[in-house]
Amino acid sequence: MTDVLLEMRGITKTFPGVKALEDVTITVRRGEIHAICGENGAGKSTLMKVLSGVYPHGSYTGEIVFDGQPVRFGGIRDSEAQGVVIIHQELALVPYLSIAENIFLGNEKRGRGGLIDWNLANAEAAKLLAEVGLDENPVAPVITLGVGKQQLVEIAKALSKEVKLLILDEPTAALNDVDSAHLLDLLRRLRDRGITCIMISHKLNEITAIADSTTVIRDGRTVETIEMKSKDAALDTPSQNATQARIIRGMVGRDIDSFYPDRESTPGEEVLRIEDWTVWHPTQDRKVVDGAALNVRAGEVVGIAGLMGAGRTELAMSVFGRSYGRDISGRIFMRGKEVRARTVAEAIGNGIAYATEDRKRYGLNLIADVCRNISAAALGKLSRGGWVNGNEEVKVAEQSRRDMNIKTSTVMATVGTLSGGNQQKVVLSKWLFADPDVLILDEPTRGIDVGAKFEIYTIINKLVAQGKAVIVISSELPELLGMCDRVYTLSAGRITGELPVREATQESLMALMTKEKELAG
Amino acid sequence: MTATKPPETQESGGASAAALHTGTSDPRTLLMRNLRQSGIYVAFVVIVGLFAILTDGVSLSPGNITNIVLQYSYILVLAIGMVILIIGGHIDLSVGSVVALTGAVSAVLVIQQGLPWWVGVVAALAVGLAVGAWHGFWVAYIGMPAFIVTLAGMLLFRGLTLQVLDNISLSPFPAEYQKVANGFLNGLIGGQGYDAFTLLIGGIAVAGFAISGYRTRTARINYQQSVESFPLFVLRVLLVGAVVMYFAWQLAHARGLPIVLIILAVLVLIYGMVTRRTVFGRQVYAIGGNLSAAQLSGVKVKQVNFWMFVNMGFLAGLAGVIYSSRSNGAQPAAGNMFELDAIAAAFIGGAAVAGGVGTVVGAMVGGLIMAVMSNGMQLMGIDQSVQSVIKGLVLLFAVAFDIYNKRRVGNR
Repeated sequence: MTDVLLEMRGITKTFPGVKALEDVTITVRRGEIHAICGENGAGKSTLMKVLSGVYPHGSYTGEIVFDGQPVRFGGIRDSEAQGVVIIHQELALVPYLSIAENIFLGNEKRGRGGLIDWNLANAEAAKLLAEVGLDENPVAPVITLGVGKQQLVEIAKALSKEVKLLILDEPTAALNDVDSAHLLDLLRRLRDRGITCIMISHKLNEITAIADSTTVIRDGRTVETIEMKSKDAALDTPSQNATQARIIRGMVGRDIDSFYPDRESTPGEEVLRIEDWTVWHPTQDRKVVDGAALNVRAGEVVGIAGLMGAGRTELAMSVFGRSYGRDISGRIFMRGKEVRARTVAEAIGNGIAYATEDRKRYGLNLIADVCRNISAAALGKLSRGGWVNGNEEVKVAEQSRRDMNIKTSTVMATVGTLSGGNQQKVVLSKWLFADPDVLILDEPTRGIDVGAKFEIYTIINKLVAQGKAVIVISSELPELLGMCDRVYTLSAGRITGELPVREATQESLMALMTKEKELAG
Repeated sequence: MTATKPPETQESGGASAAALHTGTSDPRTLLMRNLRQSGIYVAFVVIVGLFAILTDGVSLSPGNITNIVLQYSYILVLAIGMVILIIGGHIDLSVGSVVALTGAVSAVLVIQQGLPWWVGVVAALAVGLAVGAWHGFWVAYIGMPAFIVTLAGMLLFRGLTLQVLDNISLSPFPAEYQKVANGFLNGLIGGQGYDAFTLLIGGIAVAGFAISGYRTRTARINYQQSVESFPLFVLRVLLVGAVVMYFAWQLAHARGLPIVLIILAVLVLIYGMVTRRTVFGRQVYAIGGNLSAAQLSGVKVKQVNFWMFVNMGFLAGLAGVIYSSRSNGAQPAAGNMFELDAIAAAFIGGAAVAGGVGTVVGAMVGGLIMAVMSNGMQLMGIDQSVQSVIKGLVLLFAVAFDIYNKRRVGNR
């Protein structure tokens, strides 16, 4: 097992004015799963882009030795020819093409006369799908698959290229627990077949469960490579915790005493109540949310737990000005009085705010500056007779920058240039400036690093201390257990349980989250 | 037309010292940072200079400057509405047909029916508004792409123009109507061989620019924001003032102040403010930048989209009046390809194809670049076919430069 597949030595990559990587060294053994950890902006993605040839040889210094040979990739085709395949966080599948077409895209199975031999392609695709454990027809369009299955198609595509080194960038970020477990199983099987794997991940549980070694990167430098001794002893939790703490320490360069900041819980009067809420899928003939009822009080954090497809986001968005679904029925009460919230403007007017799970697509105007994003939901507060007071606007943005610790040199900076955590803080700033009574946060910490997560939690606590009501939707059960007063579980569009957090455990929540499915199936 | 966006530099010492440390007074850094903004102005100056040399100064003669203003005013009017649509992520391919239709309606009423000249103006604007509402309805409330809706409109309104005119040209308009595009305000306060009134208006414009600039600057300092250093501010005012006064001086020595220039200046002022400082303007940028995010921030997207098209229709109607006035009649083929000139002006002026980026002032400069080039090449007697090739290449390279610039910034 000491056979080295990949060695990157002294990699330094500079962008105008910024040193993204400085003297990074990483050694990956053949047939191992090697995790790479680091805060957002630490340089993980840059390192992988150097490795896969996205940044061609010559644009960085240092050397890469792959399979015993020094290599100089001029582009992604070069690296793929050597068997290095990268699967990006945002999947690169064409939605309306079939599974087989996607698998062989750019690498088509040609038959006689240069025409594509679809029988051969579909047969090969079926074989690859069997390898990754995906039971789907190769001619099915990719858009009909869930995210978890699309991920598997990506891996099948990588296998079709005779991959030696598979790089996965946050493969489980968008997956629910069942799909994640499935994916991790697959990675283990691939490892047993001799495929080496580099995995970038924020989820320390996964890393400790699956990785053979972990390299921690901070501020563009290698901190250390940790041998994961206890990888086979899954029950050896103290050692796992110790390893996780060590990784976190390496990533942030400091200890985090308690990952979730303490908060005194003093819920007041009820702020928001939803009754008998039913939402139909916009195009399909099925209920996405079915008779849901929930409430949240002032100074309270309420969690919504559910597997992917349970209808969490759909519930929140339909409440927020009917932004999702059709034939919505049910009643919304604010402080005991029924309100109309048929448009987003009405919802905001009634004191409801919703921060989306997909901030890049639905939350931010990435090409506009920080200032204009923060004012976007409450321009009315900054204007008289339709005229915006631009100076007041900048003042508000500056205030948010300080309060939220948004790391940017100026509020005139384009939001797209900020890191994920700072973008999330801009989203939060926008909604805080709208001054809602109840704030619905959909996956507020998805894709952001440990340090920024802690800051977001602190902000949530500050809000509830001011008497706001907060609803948190999250896929990470420890986050819900650490942050909330009460947790609702949602399964197949129905509320299946409501637990005070002190009575809840990950196991009890998961049991409720899967309840409906078991009844149905 | 003169309101260039000030580069932001830090006030050296004084009130804002406690605020940001983002500014710089290093001219090179300034230029680089604002290349995207300033590049277009630099290009404009270069092109003006180039044609001044190539035509032995004829292009900058008083008569010719007046000509450029009269000849391209309606394109610039269209470009204002167009850039707003493009910022919002739409486009309007029908404006040429709408110019023809509104001019035709006006001609039928004034020339055929003998109604007063202002009835024609009001009717043209009303038809423009109706066309805008028609487009807005299909785009905003039915959810069709603007490209398709306005492509249909292009055919539809061209056809209606032929119907209204019964396939013949109408002319001439009464003298009052002709004045809209060909009239001058001059002789009001005399002058020896030049028009003092034109110079006075020029002077007032410069003073207004200086005062509003100073007030904005003071307000920003009061809010502890970074501003350009005082000498730089003075330099900018002097530069703009010199350009405006030179322009006014040249006009004063020709035929005086064109009425259409006053219309245009008022439009640019108003729309510059609307896009930068009103809630409506912000929402246009927000929709173009990220439609979903705008929707989820409570922007009433349908309404904003609708009014963008109504506005475009209004400006197309106004351009119809100006064009029919200038050509002293209505022709079935009027306004052919105007939409492409207006779209080119917006893109050369820095608007982004995907929406969310662009300025009214930029579109004006973009339009003027096209105008100065066409005019200069005409003066040089260059063949129409060559002119077309050159204009096409300028559009291509302008947008290519824009994309190159963005990629460079985005890579950081």
